Amino acid sequence: MDATAPVSGPIASEQTPSSDADGNRCALHIRDLTVAYHRKPVLWDVDLDVPPSVVAGIVGPNGAGKSTLIKAVLDLVPHASGTVEIFGKPYRKQRRLVGYVPQRESVDWNYPINALELVAMGLYRTIGWFRRVGPVYRRRALEALADVGMADLARRQISQLSGGQQQRIFLARALVQDADVYFMDEPFSGVDAATEKAIIAILQRLREAGKTVFVVHHDLETVREYFDYLIMLNMRVVSAGPVADVFTPENLRRTYGGRLTLLDRAVDAMGRSR
Amino acid sequence: MIWTSLDTWIVVAAALAGATCALIGSFLVLKKVSMMGDAISHAVLPGIAVAFILTGSRAGPVMLVGAALVGILTAVLVQLITRHARLEEGASMGVVFTVLFAIGLILIERAARNVDIHPEHVLFGAVELVPLHVISFWGWDVPRGVVLLVVVLAVNVLLVLLFFKELRLATFDPELATALGINANAVHYVLMVLVAMTTVAAFEVVGSILVIAMLIVPGAIAWLLTRRLLPFLLVSVGVSVVAAVVGHIAAITVPPLFGYADTSTSGSMATVLGLFFFLAMLFAPEQGLLARAWNTARLRLAIGSQDALGLLARAAEKAGEGSLSAAEFRDVSSSPFAGRRLRLAATLGLLRARGLVAARGGRYCVTVRGLEQGRAVLRSHRLWERFFYEDGQVELGELHTAADVLEHYTDPGLQQELAERFAGIATDPRGNRIPEESSPARRIGAPRARTPNDREKEPRA
Repeated sequence: MDATAPVSGPIASEQTPSSDADGNRCALHIRDLTVAYHRKPVLWDVDLDVPPSVVAGIVGPNGAGKSTLIKAVLDLVPHASGTVEIFGKPYRKQRRLVGYVPQRESVDWNYPINALELVAMGLYRTIGWFRRVGPVYRRRALEALADVGMADLARRQISQLSGGQQQRIFLARALVQDADVYFMDEPFSGVDAATEKAIIAILQRLREAGKTVFVVHHDLETVREYFDYLIMLNMRVVSAGPVADVFTPENLRRTYGGRLTLLDRAVDAMGRSR
Repeated sequence: MIWTSLDTWIVVAAALAGATCALIGSFLVLKKVSMMGDAISHAVLPGIAVAFILTGSRAGPVMLVGAALVGILTAVLVQLITRHARLEEGASMGVVFTVLFAIGLILIERAARNVDIHPEHVLFGAVELVPLHVISFWGWDVPRGVVLLVVVLAVNVLLVLLFFKELRLATFDPELATALGINANAVHYVLMVLVAMTTVAAFEVVGSILVIAMLIVPGAIAWLLTRRLLPFLLVSVGVSVVAAVVGHIAAITVPPLFGYADTSTSGSMATVLGLFFFLAMLFAPEQGLLARAWNTARLRLAIGSQDALGLLARAAEKAGEGSLSAAEFRDVSSSPFAGRRLRLAATLGLLRARGLVAARGGRYCVTVRGLEQGRAVLRSHRLWERFFYEDGQVELGELHTAADVLEHYTDPGLQQELAERFAGIATDPRGNRIPEESSPARRIGAPRARTPNDREKEPRA
């Protein structure tokens, strides 16, 4: 896959406002974001400006705050400070533009629902309060299931699906939202080869449709192949930009290198002292 | 058994209490916060006591308001303690509800001593007293407790119907719910308020300890029996209503059989629910112990059949005619039937019944259809040996064991893929010929139990 991102304006520099001189807005604009659990910072002073229409990988060691970054953007964890904007506005005003694929382990797969019902959950906001999931919406959910190659398993209870199939219906649930920006938390973790291919095909299609996709990823070997934009994270943004520019040995060392960076040690001390 | 109008009202009250508890309790089970039902059912006690002390009234609405407030208080305290003391949630609940409950007991002991709240009734309920306090509607006397239960049940049903989607999403995936703008935390609090109000309404009937059984056991039963949310709720509620009826009848009939006085309906009802749960665990269609044992037995029989037909196919290769005596079945090298006469007899009986094997003069001869299926097993077996030899670097001596397991889980599609991998190779690593594919490749006595195959049957992307 080559980088087809129509990069408009500067990508990531300290001065970039949420829109550039031509008025082209960033898909994701983050300024001074700090998130802390039990007062210990998990993300510290994150600045990020990601242009629209890219498939962006988020990489970093365990505990680097990759999932937390996504959750902070979606207002699922409280911000200690900072601002987050999606296409120039805070998330709560842009919900309908955003699709979310949580980690597969985050839900109980023994819950009594089938694949179709799970996918239809992506439409609950569109359907609105007090209303049932009507046939129109069921059809849309079925189409999304077909998109991920799961149409014939629509009535299957979700515990009866393999790990890869579960990941695919999670993806279908986000697709059915028909969002402009997608956040996917480790969609490739623990999936079979067929599912991996299906996910890549979907990423490709979303890219062609001009969507912006953020993917928390672990496998560094596939970074060049899957993504055209990369966010290297270790509590702070070590580097962010087109993969070709930022995926360098030097940046990798700064992201993953060393057991405890000076910053880690300082933060640890902070956590203990308060 | 003498059935009076008192009995009817008792059963109605018990059924209403059961139904309303089961409906709300189901969501606790689904949300995996069953302990919260425990916590709130105890914690409402001080709410009731304080409401009574402040207003001097035991009227339903006052009690419900007290309960609702305590429900919120409990949920907030549990969250605060979990967060700030960094305790696990179970421990926080344990701290909160026991302390609140103790305060409630003291308040009732001291301040409400001479009124009709008795600690004993608080703990275990007094459904027998329900019919004694009545309210008149157009000349029709209805017990006060029943009216309260009807109101709370109606509120619960209405809310569940109106917010069915939202409850489903918030209990299944709270993060997505919140991301979509359905505040899962708010749903949690609403649920806790409903649990508190339900508990109070059911108080007279079942008391604060047995109410936990009413909240949790029906959901646990539904968890075993159903796979969709609506049936889940219906089963949960239905089971409670049945338990109320059966429980009361048992309470007034069973002890007299042994020469004792009637026992408490609420205790009997909880016992019946426990019995239902036990039955569900045994007999649930897919997840029950018996269903699983049955599936295992079928799977073993199917595997045994395949093994036997495989042995016959091997014999046919060597001698031209596929027949073995019972002793030979057991004595061939690495026979799965060695020392297992019973298993062999059962397997051969099954194969004969299916017309895959015929018995002739103490020997068992494979039929044409049986041979075809035996060859398919052999084909899978030898393809797997080839696979492990080429890809797995498994020792020649250990190939057989590995292939012996997998041959039983190889459907025609998988066999086809293996064959394509090793196209042009006609033998297994030891030089035995891999039988040609018979047409159509059929699975033998296809095990209906879930095999690893079924689970991983992915549509090809």
